[in-house]
This record gives sequence, C-alpha cells and structure tokens, in this order.
Amino acid sequence: MSDTLTHLDRLEAESIHIMREVMADAARPVMLYSVGKDSAVMLHLARKAFYPSPPPFPLLHVDTTWKFRAMYELRDRMALESGMELLVHQNPEAKERGINPFDHGPLHTDMWKTEGLKQALDLHAFDVAFGGARRDEEKSRAKERIFSFRTASHGWDPKKQRPELWNLYNARKAKGESIRVFPISNWTELDIWQYIARENIPIVPLYFAAPRPTVERDGLILMVDDDRFPLLPGEVPVERSVRFRTLGCYPLTGAVESEAATLSEVIQEMLLTTTSERQGRVIDKDGGDASMEKKKQEGYF
Amino acid sequence: MPDTPNPPIYVTDALIAEDIDAYLAGHEKKSLLRFITCGSVDDGKSTLIGRLLYDSKMIFEDQLAALEADSKRVGTQGQEIDFALLVDGLAAEREQGITIDVAYRFFTTEKRKFIVADTPGHEQYTRNMVTGASTADLAVILIDARKGVLTQTRRHSFLAHLLGIRHIVLAVNKMDLVGYDKAVFDRITLAYRAFANEIGITSFTAIPISGFKGDNITALSENTPWFKGPTLVEHLEVVEIGSAVDEAKPFRMPVQWVNRPNLDFRGFSGQLAGGRIKPGDPVRVLPSGKTTTVSRIVTLDGDLDEAVAGQSVTLTFADEVDCSRGDVIAAAEAPPEVADQFEATLVWMADDAMIPGRAYWLKLATQSVSATVQAPKYEINVNTLDHLAAKTLDLNGIGVVALSTDKPIVFEPYIDNRTLGGFIMIDKLTNATVAAGMLHFSLRRAQNVHWQATDIDRDMRANLKNQRPALLWFTGLSGSGKSTIANLVEKKLHRMNRHSFLLDGDNVRHGLNRDLGFTEADRIENIRRVGEVAKLMTDAGLIIITAFISPFRVEREMVRGMLPEGEFLEIFIDTPLAEAEKRDVKGLYKKARAGQLKNFTGIDSPYEAPESPEIRIDTTAMTPDAAANLIIDRLLG
Repeated sequence: MSDTLTHLDRLEAESIHIMREVMADAARPVMLYSVGKDSAVMLHLARKAFYPSPPPFPLLHVDTTWKFRAMYELRDRMALESGMELLVHQNPEAKERGINPFDHGPLHTDMWKTEGLKQALDLHAFDVAFGGARRDEEKSRAKERIFSFRTASHGWDPKKQRPELWNLYNARKAKGESIRVFPISNWTELDIWQYIARENIPIVPLYFAAPRPTVERDGLILMVDDDRFPLLPGEVPVERSVRFRTLGCYPLTGAVESEAATLSEVIQEMLLTTTSERQGRVIDKDGGDASMEKKKQEGYF
Repeated sequence: MPDTPNPPIYVTDALIAEDIDAYLAGHEKKSLLRFITCGSVDDGKSTLIGRLLYDSKMIFEDQLAALEADSKRVGTQGQEIDFALLVDGLAAEREQGITIDVAYRFFTTEKRKFIVADTPGHEQYTRNMVTGASTADLAVILIDARKGVLTQTRRHSFLAHLLGIRHIVLAVNKMDLVGYDKAVFDRITLAYRAFANEIGITSFTAIPISGFKGDNITALSENTPWFKGPTLVEHLEVVEIGSAVDEAKPFRMPVQWVNRPNLDFRGFSGQLAGGRIKPGDPVRVLPSGKTTTVSRIVTLDGDLDEAVAGQSVTLTFADEVDCSRGDVIAAAEAPPEVADQFEATLVWMADDAMIPGRAYWLKLATQSVSATVQAPKYEINVNTLDHLAAKTLDLNGIGVVALSTDKPIVFEPYIDNRTLGGFIMIDKLTNATVAAGMLHFSLRRAQNVHWQATDIDRDMRANLKNQRPALLWFTGLSGSGKSTIANLVEKKLHRMNRHSFLLDGDNVRHGLNRDLGFTEADRIENIRRVGEVAKLMTDAGLIIITAFISPFRVEREMVRGMLPEGEFLEIFIDTPLAEAEKRDVKGLYKKARAGQLKNFTGIDSPYEAPESPEIRIDTTAMTPDAAANLIIDRLLG
C-alpha cells in the first residue's frame, strides 16, 4: 500500500500540532527567532499552524549586536511579512561593558546569548519559548524532550524532564517555571533544506556561496562582515567563494569554501560533505566533550 | 575497523553528484517509519544503531575522528571502533557506560526515512521503553545469540505488544560469536514463537545479524548462506506503515484550538486522528452530539479537497455549532463513545506510588479532566506475565484499573485508536507526568447513571436560611486543638442563628466510613467521602465545619475542587509537633512513640502543612476563644 503522506508532510503536521498544543496552556508564549534556516522553517510552520490568524505570539531576537548584517535585514523583513510583533533584546550589561567575541572569548556567548535570553524571558514574563533546536544536531540533544522544563532560574535538570508519550504533552507548570518547546525536534538538516526548497521559504543569502572578504584564523574561515573586525598586523582580507552552514555571530562562525549558489547545490554539497554541521561553530568546543549539555544546564538553548 | 561486508545504505552518491534534482525529487517522496529498538545492556543495541547511522552516512568525518579517539580511550572493543559510543549521549551515562533515557536517532535509506527510539533495557526503565514504544510502528527486539530468549526479551515483547506495535522484528544478534550457526538461530526463533503466541503476538520476522560485524544489516551475509532474507534494512524499508490503516478508520479530529481571526471566520484546528474528511461530509461534534457538515478545509496553501489521518488542518462548519478545545469532531454516522468510567491498563512512571482515590489530571487527546483511580484489579508482572493482587502501583508497575473522570470524555478503545485511547496522568501538586494508560472500554454503570436536574437550586436553599454556605475545613496535627476550636465556632454560629453542621471525624467513622481502615488509601477515601457529604450539605445551604487531621495537601485540594470557588475555607490549626505531643490529650503520641500505633501523623507519617490557607491559627499565641472569633469574623465579614 502506498503512503499518502511523505516524511515531510508528517514532520510538518507534527510541528503544527505541537505549536497548537502550546496555545492551550501557555499564558505568554514567544518564539525565539535567530534568523537562521531552522528559525525560518519554524516561523513558516507557525504561520501555517494558525492561518488565517497570524501566529498568536511575538518573535524574540536575542541579539548580540555581532550577527551578520544580512541577518538583520532578513529579520526585519520576515517580521513585517508575518504580521508578528518583533522584540529585540540586547543585554544592557554586555553592551555597557563592550563585550565582544574578539576580546572576551566564551564570555561573549555567555553574556549576550545565555544571560540575554534569560533577561528577555524574565523581562516579558514569557512562560513558553519556542526554539528551533533539532535532535540530530548534537549528541546530548538526541534525548531532549519536545517540551523541555526549566526551573524558575532557567536551569535544566535532566532528572526533572517528563516522559513524552504519543503526541500528548504535559505543559502544566508551577508559577515561575517555564518551558522551552522545540517543534522541529524530529527534523534533520536534510529535512530542513528540502522543506525550504519545497515551500520556497526565504533564508539569509549567506547560506549560498558568493565571493566574500575572509580571513583564516585557527583553521576557521571567518568573514569580515564590517569594520569592527580587528585585523592582525599584516592581515589582509582575501576574497573567497564561501557559504555558511550555520549562522551565528560573524566572528564566531566559520565559512566553508564552496561554489554552491542554489538550494539544490547546497543540498548536494551537504549530502556529499564529510563534516558535521556544527563543526563551524566555536561554541561546542569550549569545555570539552559534554560542553553542549553543560551549556543547556546553564540555560543556553 | 571491523569488517564491513555491507555496502553503505546510501548507494546514491553518484546520483547526488550527477543529478541532485532527480535525487531530491525521489527523496521527497519517501515515507517515514518510526521504530524502537529493545535490548538490554549487553545485547549490542547501541552498536546496532551506531552501525545503522554509520552505514547510512549519518556520521561525519569530524564525528568519526572523535569516535576513533573515544574508542581507544573508553571503548569496549579494544583498538576497534566502538559504535555504541556514537549514540551514548549524556555525560553521566557515558561515565556509567549505559544509556538511561530515550534518545531519538534519524537515518535515511534509498526508500525511507527512519526515526529510531533508542531505549534502555533495564527493568527499572520500563517507563522509557513505554515512552519510546508509544510512537513506534515497529519494534526490533534484540537477542544475544549466545543467551537466547531471556526474561528481558519477554518483558520487551510484552511492552511492545501492550503499546499496540503491530510489527515485531526478532533480531538475533552477535551471530558472529556463535559461528553463524543456523541451529542456534532456529532454536531461538522457535523458543520465541512459543512465547509470542502466549502473549498474542501473531507474527514476527526473525533475522540473524551481527551489529558489530555488519551481517545481514543491509546486505545478505556470506556468513549465513542458509538465510535467504530479508536483511534488517530491507525489511524496515518495506514493512507497511500504519497510515493506510489509520486512513481507513472513521473520521476523528480532536479540536486543539479555535481559530477566530475576525468575526467572519470561525475555524477548528486539529490533527486528524483517523479517517479522511472532505467538504460536504456530515460530522458530529462530541460530547454535545450536535451535527453539521464541513464546509472548508483551510490551510495556508489554499483550501484542500480532502484531508487524511495524520494531517494538521483547520475545518469550518456550514452551521454555527458550539465547538471548542477538547471536543472531538467525528464522522456523523460513526461517532466514538462518551463515558466517565473506564477499565484501563496503567503504567506507573513516578517515584511516588499511585494513590487510589486521589485525583490526578488526565489528558487524553486534547481533553483535560480530573480523574481518580481505584486500587488495581491486578498488577502484571512483566517478567512472568502473572497477574498479582495489588493495592497500588509503584514506579514501573503495570496494572489493570477502573478509573473515573469528573466529566464525560470522548474516547475509543486504545486498540482501535491510539490517539483517542492513550492518555497520561499528571500529579496535581508537582505537575509531573506520573502515568500513561490505555483505555479498554467504558464501564456499564457510567452509561446508566445520569444527573437529575432539580427545580429548587442551592442558591434558593441558602437564601431561605439567610446565609452563604461554606465549608470550614480545619486541618492540623492530632492534639493541635482542631476539635476544641471547631466546637466553639459552631456554638457561636448557633447563637447567631446560623444553620451549621459539624462533621466529626470519629463520628463519621462509626457510620458512613465504618468500612474504612487507616491505610493511606483508606484515609484518602475517608476524606473523599467527607468531602462529598460536605458538598451535599453546602448544596442544602448549610455552613459545614469539619475537623480532620487531613495531612495530605492533595486531598485537601481535592475537596476544595469539589466546591464552588470561595466556599472552601482551609483553616490551619498551627501547633508545633512538640507542643501537640506535650498536650497528648488522648495519649496517642505515647502509643505511637512506643510503636503501638502505625502511620501516626507527625511520627511515622508526614503532615503536609497548607501553603496558603485562608486562615492560620497559631495556638501558641492565641486562646481557643480568640481563634473562634477570628474565624467567624473571616466567615461572615
């Protein structure tokens, strides 16, 4: 017997179901929007879930002020197109202390992202936050629940996570506690790309190869996206045809040399490639083997 | 590196390189199979999953390099690659060398995409396997060829069957360690067949494999010329997915959300839990039973001509019919049942044991109700499958129970519909998910008892007495002064011409509750009955005073939930244990300390003080008379 629904149809239906379930118990939900491809898919799914209503929650961008310029452009455009309110939070303390990825290392991610996220959630008293994490990204995420419980101080305790059976989610929580909900948990990188192609979802052009000014540092190819990039003595940006497999703060995100300028070519390259998606990110490697899990316990996604 | 006699699952690198669009067009049409792997620590489960990921190229070079380094450092396979390390996730687990939770893995082959629930096989983790099995279409039961059918094999098979998994694969693993001996494989298959029949598994597919060496995973192994296939992956690729079966069932859609962007549009959003639906189809909204027809199937991509089981859509109706979250829209001519008492199988998932009589939240599809469970009819020993007498269910306990909900819910037997028959139970205090269950059928008495509407209502009765009904619920340790103060309060109310009634704990036990003892379950039933009686009396317009130790927060909250908002006043008679014990009016503390009284609150049974009582009386700082005045002021003020 042939199957009526494809794997993408099923993933889409599951994600929509999850988003609608959140609306039953959440007092103040919010969608974390990082402007990456996973966020793009998540936003698209939210628009489908609630159509013809606009998604009944705002978008929250926890900004580090160090994102690629092209990300800020797409962010503002998508907020306009979706009819959703866009909230941008920049950690005032990090701003005041001038925290940046060049001088402050891991402190940059900790203050702008981890602390910034907690501040924003507290500030607006959001009790449920949608995030675009996927289980295939990293080992410790394979066991993450779709509804992930956080204590009043945003901590993640692996022992307090609730079993998830069928498609039944227990979203009850005590005052002060919050839930991170990951509606695209079961999508893989290939699913994301294929869905972007199928649904024509706008993504940041940095995912496609183009000649860009770059320097090489510690084995990573970094893009010189603006004049805040401190060049070492004698260092001159070199134009390379590059693209990005993930997007974050530009000084922390490694590019790959590539000629893939279309979606098909990007997917082709991804399928034939031999390194994992997160390899271009500096963040996973701070603190050794269990670093992602440690970050999660501290409140990073 | 171990030998890899298998071709990689992806044989399409050439196609990807030459014609990516053709490849993608094919890939987009792939279906999705969810399966679960069950095995105990040494059955080679993680190795098998690691192997599937490895062979399907889900492992990248950087991960492989890390894997090679890890294998040498902490691996159990000497200098060879330990595939198990690929899938052991959390740091704590890696240190212990075991997996302790459900993890989900993904891989793709030529024909299908797969989601694998990887669950541990320890006895104490029944809950994880049940979780993983709840969404699976197929279960791979791993057996170590050297050991054969073990206790855990029976346990895994029973649980897979219990959760309604229709396809069972018996993967006889580590064939390399028994010399690829056909006799060993046949013996194990035969032993398993006998057992499977016993528990109602009518068919299964047995495959001799080696996860470590790769035999019969993707290609038939030369080491087992006597085995004609299919290989594990071939079987996974062709096994029929439940979707066709689901689409053939009658139409059901639990309503998740009412979509009202403006006054002109009113849609009902949900995911189809069975069947198919077209505009013009007659439907029935349950539990109300009102009928209408579907006018549109609305999606962002335009209206659909038809939707099938599994799809998330928004429906609009031809008529204005009441419908909200928790309702089920169903085929008009084949609606599901509505009931409030059921027989169910319950899997207990919390460290705290089930408490018969206590109210828990029950969530089934999009319905949330309050439910109580009676003591199990029997508990099932998952190892022997024997039925045992039980008063409760502990963590990982599985039992058949009768349960009742505080209002009727729409359901179908679990074997007919997983979505309308599967439920979870939630602790009202901690909000933890404490159990999962499967409804079998409604109990007949539910269908024959109806509410009788009366013409004179509670407000009319209370007005005649010129008072507002209330329940003054005194709680506190034995000897704290509850009865003394409660008596004073009633005397004062009487003098003020108020109609009251004091429900005394000892008196109630002489009559209504004569059949109850002092076990935890009986104490809860005692409180429940008192709550019900108090509720009837407030309906009659009376002011009720009760004085029970009532040590458990949940039970007090249960009674609070029975009454209209504001009519339950929790009065905490706050006397420290030392003080109460010093008074020891009835000499009970002395007996308890001497071990002559078991389960005595404050001594060997806990007292859970109210967190925010309406009134708190500190008896060390106030006379009983002052306390009574304070309570009356609060009641009438």
